[in-house]
Amino acid sequence: MNRVAKFGLAIVIVFMLMAALSPLLASWEKVQSQDLIARLDAPDSAHLMGRDQLGRDVLSRIIYGARVSMLVGLVVVSVSSIVGVLIGSIAGYKGGWVDRIISSFLFNVFLAFPGILLAIAMVAFLGPSVRNLILALSVIGWVGYARLIRAQVLKVREYDYVTAARALGASDFRILLKHILPNSIQPLIVQASLGMAGAILAEAGMSFLGLGVPEPIPSWGKMIDDSREFWFTAPHLFIFPGLMIALAVLAFNFLGDGLRERLDPRQRPR
Amino acid sequence: MRGLAFTLAKRLLIIIPVMAAVVTLVFLLIHIVPGDPVRQLVGENATEEQYQAVKAELGLNKPLITQYTDYWQGLLRGDWGTNPITKEPVLKRISARYPATIALALAAMLLAIAISIPLGVTAATHRGSAIDSASTLLALLGISLPGFALGPLLMLIFSVELGLTPVSGAGSPAHLILPALTLGAAMSAILTRIVRSSVLEELNEDYVRTARAKGLPERTVIYKHVLKNGLIPVVTVIGLQFGVLLAGAIITERVFSWPGVGSLLIDSISERDYKLTQGCILVIAATYVLVNTMTDLLYRFLDPRIKVD
Repeated sequence: MNRVAKFGLAIVIVFMLMAALSPLLASWEKVQSQDLIARLDAPDSAHLMGRDQLGRDVLSRIIYGARVSMLVGLVVVSVSSIVGVLIGSIAGYKGGWVDRIISSFLFNVFLAFPGILLAIAMVAFLGPSVRNLILALSVIGWVGYARLIRAQVLKVREYDYVTAARALGASDFRILLKHILPNSIQPLIVQASLGMAGAILAEAGMSFLGLGVPEPIPSWGKMIDDSREFWFTAPHLFIFPGLMIALAVLAFNFLGDGLRERLDPRQRPR
Repeated sequence: MRGLAFTLAKRLLIIIPVMAAVVTLVFLLIHIVPGDPVRQLVGENATEEQYQAVKAELGLNKPLITQYTDYWQGLLRGDWGTNPITKEPVLKRISARYPATIALALAAMLLAIAISIPLGVTAATHRGSAIDSASTLLALLGISLPGFALGPLLMLIFSVELGLTPVSGAGSPAHLILPALTLGAAMSAILTRIVRSSVLEELNEDYVRTARAKGLPERTVIYKHVLKNGLIPVVTVIGLQFGVLLAGAIITERVFSWPGVGSLLIDSISERDYKLTQGCILVIAATYVLVNTMTDLLYRFLDPRIKVD
């Protein structure tokens, strides 16, 4: 793996640790406890990232915010990749009318909505909650994985060892599970890493719009929206959460690009 | 030629089932709500008569299939529903906001093109230099920094500190600068990378060697020969990214209080105006489908190497 990808991996590990260990790194009480006299205080030695509009410690909220970002990202990537692999491999393996319905119609309908719009629409009618947010982001996320796996399966199913397995009398299910999928799954790892970046960005965006994580859970996107009135008097309120989102997105993108290069030498930048 | 016409017709015809599915999905969204949208709209204190009146007004007391056919008929007649309280027609509110969203997306796109083509070409012709590294860094920042963090940062620098642009709102071309820059940042980043790699690829072609051998100035070689061929993939990405801009506009409009369909969509959700929410989603999705189809067709015209079948 190249240096940039290693750097990405290091940051990803830091964020994952921050998310897993957040109750040890910051107390929930600090996340919630308000001190209106000290509101909007700039960063100092006691509060490294300052205090917010209600006098709460920004650093503690950033640490708990990592928990939301990483959790939503991981669940969304897991759910959408499982659904995507299932639907994509059926389309690619079965071919014929099944493939035509899935790839020409179903994919196009889901791709007819620009990214976050379908998620906004779903949460608008379902109401904001972590569960609904994960559901909405998974609904928009699965198509990318399905298209990728379909293309892979279409290629791999023509290989001689698949024909050999079929000649030996293996069932469709066995051929798909034991022979085709293990040889098609590699690009999915890259897609999953890039998908984490997308999911983190989408979660923050939805929370910024008031359609993501509800109170009292802190989310980086919501921290920026909540401090809207104080962007110019206390810029630390949007700079720190913004920096965290950018860093997390950058890290997963670096990691994804590095993995792609490693797995497919043709992708090396010129 | 007949093959080309057939492809065009086929590509345009595929819009119909996709749009029909989009309309169906938008219609069904209101029915998958676990709660009661009418109760949320009228509030807990409304009388049973008021509740039933609003339910009838929204047509939610009819069987699902009747509601569905009514929805289609309304859409085709231009009757997209009214706000049950203010009686304001949905289509009127959306059409008042639509031009602002298109203006924002177009401005963002033009800005992105104006930044990325010279930057991408310079990065490719000076491969490995400081300017190449700087363009990579800028591109990375553009992709990773979300609009709701970049927007406030630009406002703080250019409006509050330097006093060069208005902070937010609309009214003059100056109001458009920061929202367009915020919205176009990610697209600039993506385009710069694509222009760079596309130009790098073309620079290895035989025609470039020929042009240089016959003594053409490097500027002419790059801008007249290389860029012409190198821009083909760029056009596709511009078209696809325009659709992405429409979605991104929802966030940018909220950051800058820009009066477009995106901010109307978010307002409609907090006002619980379901017909308006459905209308906004439909308009954004329809524009997206149309732009993507047009891009696909344009791509076929630009590159004769793409097979018409």
